[in-house]
This record gives sequence, C-alpha cells and structure tokens, in this order.
Amino acid sequence: MIEIRGVWKEFAKGERRVMALQDIDLDVAQREFVAILGPSGCGKSTLLNMVAGFDHPTRGSVKVEGEEIVHPSPRRCVVFQEPALFPWLTVMDNVVFGPKTRGQPAAEYRSRAAQIIEQVGLRGFEASYPAELSGGMRQRVGIARVLIMEPRVLLMDEPFGSLDAQTRSLMQELLLELWQRHQQTVLFITHDIEEALLLADRVCVMTARPGRIKKSIRVPMPRPRSIDLTLSPEFNALRREVLDLIREESVRAAMETERA
Amino acid sequence: MLKRLPAPWLLVLPALLVALWHFAVELHWVTEGIIPSPAQVMRSWHTWIFGSSTAMLSPYSGTWVDNVAYSSRRVLQGFGLAALVAIPLGLVIGWSRLAARLVDPTIQLLRPVPITAWLPFAIAVFGIYDASALFLIGLGAFYPIVVNTTHGVRDTNLLLLRAARMLGAGNGTVLAKVVFPSALPSIFTGLRLGIGIAWTAVIVAEMIAVKSGLGYVLWDAYYVGRMDICVATMFSVGLLGFVSDRLIVWAGRILLRWRALEAHG
Repeated sequence: MIEIRGVWKEFAKGERRVMALQDIDLDVAQREFVAILGPSGCGKSTLLNMVAGFDHPTRGSVKVEGEEIVHPSPRRCVVFQEPALFPWLTVMDNVVFGPKTRGQPAAEYRSRAAQIIEQVGLRGFEASYPAELSGGMRQRVGIARVLIMEPRVLLMDEPFGSLDAQTRSLMQELLLELWQRHQQTVLFITHDIEEALLLADRVCVMTARPGRIKKSIRVPMPRPRSIDLTLSPEFNALRREVLDLIREESVRAAMETERA
Repeated sequence: MLKRLPAPWLLVLPALLVALWHFAVELHWVTEGIIPSPAQVMRSWHTWIFGSSTAMLSPYSGTWVDNVAYSSRRVLQGFGLAALVAIPLGLVIGWSRLAARLVDPTIQLLRPVPITAWLPFAIAVFGIYDASALFLIGLGAFYPIVVNTTHGVRDTNLLLLRAARMLGAGNGTVLAKVVFPSALPSIFTGLRLGIGIAWTAVIVAEMIAVKSGLGYVLWDAYYVGRMDICVATMFSVGLLGFVSDRLIVWAGRILLRWRALEAHG
C-alpha cells in the first residue's frame, strides 16, 4: 500500500545542510495502522509530509498503491496537529469543502456529511464556526472533513498532541471506533508511547536526527481495543520495551541540541 | 480591560476645543476678522445648506448638497475604480512570485511620489475635467489597497493551503476559497486607508483640476475671504470621511463575522 524506499531528506539551514531523514524503508499494508514514534525533531512529520505530497525526498522513492507521489491528493488526507480548519466556514461547510470542491452533487454529500458529523459526535454544531468550538471539537471537524473524502490512506500528524489528557483519551477512543468502521490504512505520527501502542498494529520507533527507523514493533493486542487496554500487563511490558528505545534517543537528541 | 466610558464623556474634549475656539475669537486672541467664531461658522453653514430667505446675494447659498454630491461621486468612482484594480492585482502579486517580480518594483518606486506631485501631470494629460480628479483619487487609493491585499495573501496560513490542496482544490479554488477570504481582513484595512486618501485627493484635485465640489468651494472661499465657509467645508469633508470610513467598517463586520468570534474566543 505505502512503500517508502531508501528515502533521504536534506534541508538547507542557512549555510549548513541538515540531514533530516536517513535511508528510511517502510512498508504499510492495506488497512494497517502504523504509528511512527520518535523524539521531536526526528523528521517524522517530514516523512508524513512526503506521503501526503507536501514535500519530496532528496533521494529515494515514496509510492502509494504503486504510484510515485507528486502532488497532494484526496486519496491521502492529513489530519494536522493544528486542526487547520477554514475559520470563515461553519462546521458543515468545512466538512463538505472537499466534496463540494470536487463537484459532487450536494444532495449526495449533504447526507453523508450529516452522517459523519454524527459519527464524530458533533451533531447540533453544524452551524457553528471553528472559533466557537473547543480544541477537541475542532479536531473532530478536522477528522470529519477528511473521512468524507473516503481516502485510501489516512495520515495523522500528532493530531491529539495539543489536547488536554482527558480530551486526548476520548479522541483516541473515537479514532479506534472510526477506524473499526472505515478500515483505512493509517500512518499516525506521535511522540506519545501509550497512544502509539493503544492505536497501532505496528509501532516504528525513530532515532534522533538524522531520523532513521530504529525498530519496528508489532502490537499483538486483539481488537476492538479500548482505553482499558493500557492497564494490562502485556501492554505495560511493551511500553517498557519502547520506553527504553525512546529514552536512548531522547538523551541523544538532547545532547545534540546542547552541542548545536 | 479598561472600563468603557459612558457616552457623555466622549464629548468632553470636542466641547473644550470648541470653547477654546470660541473664547479665542471673542477675547481677540487671534487677529480680528480672519478667524470666524463657531457661531458664525454654524450660521454660514446653515445658509450654505438650506439657502437664505433674506436673499443675501451669497454665491454659496443653498449649494452645499450639490457640492457634497460632486465630491462624493468622485470619491466613490475613483475609490471604486482603485478597489476594482488593486484587489485582483494584489491577489496576483501576493500569489505569484513571477507577478511580484514583474509588477511590485514598479509599484514600490511610484508609491513614494505624493499624490499632489501628480497634479500637473494629471491636468496636462486629462485637462480640467473629471478625469483628472478620478485619476488622482484612484491613484491615491490604489496603493494602500494593493499593498495590504498583497500582504494579506502572503500571510495565508500554509496549513490552510495544504488542507485545501489535499481536499482536491486546484489553483483557482485555492485562490477564491482560501486565499481571498483569508486576505479579506487585510483587504479591509487597505480599503479604510484608501478611502481616507481618496478624500484627501478629491479636495486637492477640486482645488485645482476641476471647477466644482467641496475642494473648489474651499479654495474659492479662501480667495474671496470667506473663512467661515472654509471652516464649514473642512467640517463637511471631515464628516463625510468619517461616515464613509464607518460604512466600510460596518461592511467589514458583516463579511468578517467569523473574526469577531475569534477575538472573543
């Protein structure tokens, strides 16, 4: 489904050239939920941007369904950390922005939008503007406007990173439920170990800059999952393992920053 | 937050200024016969607007509405023309690097030339006609609108552009449905600055380049020593400028309802 082969990414930072990603290989199967976990600044968002088509690798190739990625496309939709809603549009108009832009008949997308708004728990807020919503509700709109496109790949760039803990766990449960229903291929970027293990089939741990994939860990817990899973001993054993991997990288990243 | 002052307080400073003016004239602090008193100005203004039954042969009697109409029409036409050209041009300059390279340096080079400096040129090219006035008004209003529109476009949030692209929007849709609404607050700032300059330009143009309107009356009254009419004209222009600015702010409030929500949130 997603094939990332030998991807390198270099940025020019003033005079210096910074290596953001180094030799990334990653395959994501159809309907697989893969989380990319890494310390901040490890280039994980850069990787996601390449799959989205917002950015291009310096070397290597990124393919989805066998096709090299050139432009952004509704088949690969992103839920951003900042919800990035159109502030001048109501919830309903934000959700139907995609279908409307693509010239679909209103009669068809209106009913689908109502259904999806219901699924993300925003019924009654169709006519509200983003500024009138809480952070969690805005992110629900961000998810709804992407789900309505029925993308082949769902890309999530730390979507719950700026929410408070309470809201975050609610949103994680919502996402599990939606994923169960829509069965998309998901690439989920996060720096939260628990979140990655709770949601994903597989967690790829990245190294500090330059970002490489240090280890790919399968999460064998059965689905459907709920937040209670995080209390089980198997889950905690996995968390321990990932924590050790991450800690090494965080220490390295901190030392790098001090040296720079 | 400061507490809002009750309405009567807003009138304290204007009342003091008028009182100062009144006593300056009454107590002969200023040269007699040159500066009219507030009461005198109000009387002349009244006659200028409504005419006079005592039929004092004043050339200004009852001509206020006509002159206001002349000036307002010129401002409206010049300003409208400026907005019609400047908003699309600003969108293009802000959007396309090529357009910016082609057009922006010329605009930045011409912009420091004061509108008054264009007067001889305008009269030479367009003559003592309306076209001269419209040219000056339009040119004056054009700069702030184009500059602010460009700025607004460049300020568009990158994530919103990405979101629109991934939802399937092409260049035209992105420009119309994302860049334009996102630049609208800036565009309104440009329009407000533009209407202010339009009123300045209309007075300058009418003083020299045409033979009607408030600017013409102002200069004419000065020549025949009617300082009372001069002052009444100043107040008239101030009032019209204020009203037109309020109209733009009001239109902006309606179009930018979502922004008010953001400010309160």
